[in-house]
Amino acid sequence: MTGATSLAVRVNRRIAWGLLIFLVAPALVAVPVSLTAQNYLSLPWDGLSLQYYRKIFSSPEWMSSFLQSAVIGLSSAALATTLGTLAAVGLWRMSAGAGLLRAFLLLPLVVPPIIAAMAFYRLFVPLGLIDTYAGLILAHTVLAAPLVLITVSASLAGFDRRLEQASRNLGASHAQTFRRVILPAIRPGVLSGAVFAFIASWDEIVVTLFLSKFAVYTLPRRMWNGIRENTDPSVAAAAVVLLSVTLLAFLVWVVLQRRARNLSSSQSDNG
Amino acid sequence: MAALTLRTSGWLLVLPLLGLVVVMFAGPLFNIFWLSFTDPGPGLSNYTALAERESLRRLLWVTLRICALTTLFSVVLGYCIAYAMTHAGEGARQKMLLLLLISFWISVLVRTFAWIMILGRNGLLNNGLMSAGLISAPLPFVRNELGVLIGMVHYMIPYAVLPLLGAMRAIDGRVMAASRNLGASPAQTFWRIWLPLTKPGVIAASLLVFILSLGFYVTPAILGGGKVLMVAEYISVQVLITLKWGTAAMLAVLILVSVLALLALMSRFMKLSAALGGRA
Repeated sequence: MTGATSLAVRVNRRIAWGLLIFLVAPALVAVPVSLTAQNYLSLPWDGLSLQYYRKIFSSPEWMSSFLQSAVIGLSSAALATTLGTLAAVGLWRMSAGAGLLRAFLLLPLVVPPIIAAMAFYRLFVPLGLIDTYAGLILAHTVLAAPLVLITVSASLAGFDRRLEQASRNLGASHAQTFRRVILPAIRPGVLSGAVFAFIASWDEIVVTLFLSKFAVYTLPRRMWNGIRENTDPSVAAAAVVLLSVTLLAFLVWVVLQRRARNLSSSQSDNG
Repeated sequence: MAALTLRTSGWLLVLPLLGLVVVMFAGPLFNIFWLSFTDPGPGLSNYTALAERESLRRLLWVTLRICALTTLFSVVLGYCIAYAMTHAGEGARQKMLLLLLISFWISVLVRTFAWIMILGRNGLLNNGLMSAGLISAPLPFVRNELGVLIGMVHYMIPYAVLPLLGAMRAIDGRVMAASRNLGASPAQTFWRIWLPLTKPGVIAASLLVFILSLGFYVTPAILGGGKVLMVAEYISVQVLITLKWGTAAMLAVLILVSVLALLALMSRFMKLSAALGGRA
């Protein structure tokens, strides 16, 4: 793409950069707004203030929401990672004819969250799981497990099958082979799946709106109320906290992806 | 024999997740399907209401219109990004990919809240325009279809870019070179060769964005401010407030069947994993 094409291509490139910045920048507005000294949503023209961070970090309601989101996110990530990784290895062993089964396991990913929320709600009312930790952790596990399944399957695709056979031929049991041979090779994939699963739960709002009432009130749930009432800049401060955790997780994920790629390329070099 | 045990052990590993998805997801979904024919009484009354009730028809029409517009804008803008990424140098492409992925990861709630802060009645944009003396009263950017569209397109663009990127990177660069060597202008090469070659990607991207828009809840509910009612918000009102499960279940079945049918259609153009895995 040189010479005569370059003008159109250059203009398009400028537009594309503009669009990409447009994709990320609006969310960052929460940062200056959270530092405002006013008592309404505004830019901090008349000086910076940390009052809204002080407010949310000294509020029992906001603090309990942080804690609940962390507990629910970590629990469902642990469950989803375990179940998703086992299923990915299982499907990988079956190889042929597992397509339909894989598609079925990915169902929670393609069903719109609002419909998933209805289904969970209907199931949980008679079981007494509405407004409980167990209910939300279970629901978030179901929603997050397919993400782990996809991530781990991707790293298994780069794994040389003969290594497993070699391990079995040398007398290792299935369990030993899994722990000593397969797991180390797919570890970056498993960990990035776990990060993905944690954020899926940490950010989740639609299903949570249906399943939580008073006792369980996650961070997105409390923010939802704040946004609806549309007043207090403390929601902006909470948004910045939520966002910081997400971006931290994203960084970890990027590092893991890079490691996974190096691992799989070194394996295919050997193979 | 060894293959058999391998297969059996495969099943054993899949079983826990399979059980969870059957009991916690597929079963309850079937229950919703069942409800749409049995609540409040057995029969097709929930479905015939679609023909009888003007309000339901308007609801579906608004939903379809917003989804179609969202798809159009997201795919056009996404095409522009994917094209630039495909033709950028390695370093620039990595930076662009990073921005795209960050926007993927930012919570929909934070993004919607950001739009409220920017576009709201007392938002940054209105305040800025007023203090610059360009307008005398706040402009209505939210609580209408415009606000919903801005929020939805902003959210959907990355989903449009990934399948397009996958399709564009699969194109053999020598085809373009051949076209130019045979005397075609850059514009001709783009319209006659490049665009047709990326058609499967365009179709896959459009279907993906449309599918995701159909059941979208957060952005329409907040930026629509009760003025723009789409199916997902209607369902939540029926379930949580008026307790009309029959109507809600019927709408859910309608959306779900559409989503699954469109996904099946999409898989003829591009594998779902390839559509979402264009990042690699």
